Parts: sequence; structure tokens; C-alpha cells
Amino acid sequence: MLALKLAFRNLIGAGLRTWLNVAILSFAFVLIIFYNGLIDGWNRQGQHDTRQWEIGNGQLWHPSYDRYDPYTFADSHALLSKKVQQLVNKGVLTPVLIRQASVFPQGREQNIILKGIDPNQKILKIPSSLLSQPTEDYAAIIGKRMAKSLKLKIGDQTLLRWRDKNGTFDAHKIRIVSIFNCDVPSADNGQIYLSLATLQKMTNLKNEATLLVAGKDYRGGNLEIWKFKSTKFLLSDLEALIKAKKGGGTVLEGMLLMLALLAIFDTQVLSIFKRQKEIGTYIALGMTRWQVVGVFTVEGGTHSILAAILGAAYGIPLFIYLNTTGINFGAPDMGITIAQVIFPYYSLQLIVTTIIIVIISATIVSYLPARKIAKMRPADALKGKLQ
Amino acid sequence: MAITPLIQIEQMTKRFPMGKGSFTALKEINLNIGAGEFTGIVGPSGSGKTTLLNIIGTLDTPSEGTAKVLEQNVSLLSNRQAAQLRNRHLGFIFQTYNLFPVYTVFENIEFALLLQHKPASERKKAVMEALEWVGLTDKVKSKPSMLSGGECQRVAIARSMVKRPEIVLADEPTANLDSENSHHILQTMKKLNEELKVTFLFATHDEKVMKYLNRMITLKDGKVADDKSMHLS
Repeated sequence: MLALKLAFRNLIGAGLRTWLNVAILSFAFVLIIFYNGLIDGWNRQGQHDTRQWEIGNGQLWHPSYDRYDPYTFADSHALLSKKVQQLVNKGVLTPVLIRQASVFPQGREQNIILKGIDPNQKILKIPSSLLSQPTEDYAAIIGKRMAKSLKLKIGDQTLLRWRDKNGTFDAHKIRIVSIFNCDVPSADNGQIYLSLATLQKMTNLKNEATLLVAGKDYRGGNLEIWKFKSTKFLLSDLEALIKAKKGGGTVLEGMLLMLALLAIFDTQVLSIFKRQKEIGTYIALGMTRWQVVGVFTVEGGTHSILAAILGAAYGIPLFIYLNTTGINFGAPDMGITIAQVIFPYYSLQLIVTTIIIVIISATIVSYLPARKIAKMRPADALKGKLQ
Repeated sequence: MAITPLIQIEQMTKRFPMGKGSFTALKEINLNIGAGEFTGIVGPSGSGKTTLLNIIGTLDTPSEGTAKVLEQNVSLLSNRQAAQLRNRHLGFIFQTYNLFPVYTVFENIEFALLLQHKPASERKKAVMEALEWVGLTDKVKSKPSMLSGGECQRVAIARSMVKRPEIVLADEPTANLDSENSHHILQTMKKLNEELKVTFLFATHDEKVMKYLNRMITLKDGKVADDKSMHLS
């Protein structure tokens, strides 16, 4: 307590030197929290959007289905049993039939994934109800990325070629009835959505599906032949990617923190050199050398507490502002789920962890030079004779 | 029954390492200093005055022989015990005042009492009393940078006296002061010595100080060359 009291007095008394260090460290604080908050906000929004647009509350896969292996799509289909159909009718599940196909926009061939989706489903945000409108061609909807890739707009037609369940090629024109805007590339890139009934009819797979998307009322677990894949499993790629991004950011944060800590270290070394007489006087007045080490260590560590207070003074209004307006990234097309406007998410855990890390680091770098005091001869310190 | 001196030094030698050999700063010193003395250790630069004061102040230890302060052998004290002895029983006054520049006058004087964990009210009372002794009650909130040299040394005296020590060790306390301030400081210390019966031990070569001493120990080349009582006029 005494060390804290003395350290605080010394720090405040040191004036500008203290506040320069505190300012640098507070900047490190704010930037670390900001960056992590941004990544966490991205993660939360990404997970939320992926749930809404693609995976719902989990998926039930046909045993042969592998989302990363398009060659499995041809054989990954099964009839919907009565029990499954009942759950579909209640809106607990929605079936999706997935097939490989080709389109020929402007005369060039492009491989795509066809997804048959129930126009009446409410589980996913895909505007599937538009697939029920009557057209002489097959009505299809695509995402903005796919539209850009195929150079198609609403009302355009293109030729679609597919194989039926026996492997026989067939072809028909499709008409784009809607282009949806979503932040989930894996629900958009390379994909064309048709009505489930249409795709079942085209492929002779009546009442069959590749997977079932679960709604919020599904209790989880396998259902007959269908293998349940939890949201945790389905989001693992996104989480791994964000973890990698966070790791990359940690290097930058580490460098910034190192700079701030170096300033404290430097101040401590200078301070101990310049304040030898003061150290000697502390000892002459009755402190042990280790108590003086304690004062200098706490003094260095207290920089981080002042930095947290200063950081809070300008960081909190900044974070509140960013949390209200979000950060506009334009229209990023990075092949990963990222919203146009990201709202950073600052959790208590993030803030507390950052504060603890910075305080501990600052205390350690303060202690390292302060150890020298323990080896000082008080008589030499009083004369300021040490080199 | 004989009264035990506050400071007992027997056959004490102090050597400092120097290159491959050593330098002998004090040679076989024998001294006793009793309670209430106003004693000066005088001698030219390098005669060992400050070294002797440092050993008595438990800031250093003898190489040979014994130095006992308040019946405690300086060589046998642990760091903590030595710190406690300094904190409770010894006061220090330095040539360059050694006040803490970021503390106010009040905080500088209060420091020793903070180390003793005295309650705030007691600290305040003791600090104000010490400031009265040195006549600086109006400077309580000033920082050392706002004071003259004489005022700084008076604060240093108040800081050394606030804990009511048995012994005050003053190393060249007047060396940085003009004649008028030196006399003022010395009169203050003499008054405290007489009124509070505190033992003062000076290391000095200032002739102004010598006039106030009641005992003068002369060191020459690390040895006691002379030890005489003074008769004040």
C-alpha cells in the first residue's frame, strides 16, 4: 500500500515524462481493444449471417454428402420419410437438394451448384418465395457475387445443363427472378437456387433431398439416416479463419505493446540512473533495498493503470461511437463472410484480459531494471556514484 | 553503573576494493559517543569522515573490528534490521539536502513516519511540530524547488527530527550554505540537541560548525588524530 502511495506521488510529480509514457501505453490499450473488438464483431456478425443465410440451427446431412467434395453430390440424396415430412410441414426443417450443373452465360460454360429450396421455407433468409412465381422458364435466384460472376441481372435468361439421377444430360433455360444481397459468400458464390419441386422434377428425384436445414425448434441429434451437423461444426471454418486473423493481429498488437513497454523500460533505466540519490535517501530513511525495488516496480506498473484510465477517457466515447455507427468496409468481396458494416463487439472479458495483460507486462518491464537497486551500495547511491 | 555509549567503535577498519588491491579508508578506529553529544568528525577530504558516518548510519559495514550503534552490531544486522534501526533511531542530514523533488515540504517530512505506519493525524501533528522547530510552518505546501538552500536544509533537519531519533548524522550540512544560513542551521540543531537531548554527529571541515561543537574528533588518513572536548564561549 505504501509502495503504491509513493509510486503514485512520484509518478504524478514526474509530470510530462509520466504522461508521455501513459499516453503511448493508453494508445496501445485502445488499439488492442479496438482491433480485437473489431474481429469479435466480425466473428459475431459472420456467425449470425451464416446462420441466417446458410446453416440455420444446424443441418442434417445425407450420409454421403461432403460439402467440400462436389463428386459426392450426385449420390447424396434420399427420400424424405413421413416423419421428416411432418417436421418439414411444421417448419422445423427445410429440405435442400444439391446437384452439380453448368450454365452458359454469353456462350461460355461455367460449372455451378444447383440448390433446390422450398419456396415456402422460413428458416433461411434466402428469398425463396420468389421462386414460386410463374414463368415459362425455370425461375432462379442468385446472389450478388454470382450475378457479377455470370454477368447476369434480373430478367436475364441463360441455359442450364444438368444430369438427372441416371446421369442423363438435360438442358433448359432459367430466368433470374431475383438477385439477393448477402454477406455469406458460401451461400452465394457459384450457386443457383431453384424451387425444390422444380429441381426434384428435373432430376427425377421426387421428394428427395441432400440435406435438411434445421430451424430454431429442432432439438438436435441425428434423424433416421440424416446425420446432424451442429452450428459449431458448420462454423468451424469461419472461426478458424477469424482465429488466424486474430493471430496476425496479435503480432501487430504485440509490436505496439512492445513499443509502449520499451518506453516504460527506458524510463525506468533512466529513472534509476538519475534518481540514485533519491534511492540512497529512501534507504537512509529506513526502507530496505527490496522495498525501494517495490516502489520503482509499482511506479512503472502504475503507468499502465493511469494508461487504462486515460484510455478509458477517450476510448469509451470512441468505442460507443463506433458501436453506434459501425465501420463501413464498402463492399468487401474477400471470399469470406464479412458484413459491409461491421459493428465492433467489446466484451468485458476482452477489456479485462487486455488490462491484465498490459498491467502485468508493464510491471515486469518495470521490475527488470529496478532489480539493480537491490545490488546498490546505499553509500554509493547517496553520492550518485553508480554507473 | 557505567552508562553504555550510543555509539561504540572498536578497532574498526574499512577497506574498499580498488583495482586488484584495496584502499583503506579507516584504520583501527576506536571511539565512543555518548547520549546528547554535539560532536564533529573533522578532517580534510578523503580522511574517512563520510565513511565513518556511513558505517554508524548502517549504510555500510566495517571490514574489520566492530561498530555498535544503540548496542547493535552493524556488521551483524540484516538488511531489514538495519533499515528498522535507521527508520526508528537514526536521522540523516546531507550536504545536498536530498529532499524528494516531487514531494511537498509536508510530504518530505512525513515520509519517515509513513514508513512507521503512523496514523495520518499523528503524522500531521508530528510534521507540524517539526516545522515549528525549524520555523517553516508557512512553507508546508511548497516543493523543494521553491525553497532557498537554507530553507531546504531546514526541511532536511525537520525530516531527520520528526521521528525523534536518538542520533542525527549530518554529513557536511553547511557546505552548500552561506554564512548566515549556516549559523541559522547550526543554531537550530544546537537548540534541538539541548532541548530534545538528541545526539548530533557531524562530518565537516567547515570552521563555522566547529564553533558549535562540544567535541571534535579529527581524522587524518583514516586514523583518529585527535579527540578533544570543546569549551563553548
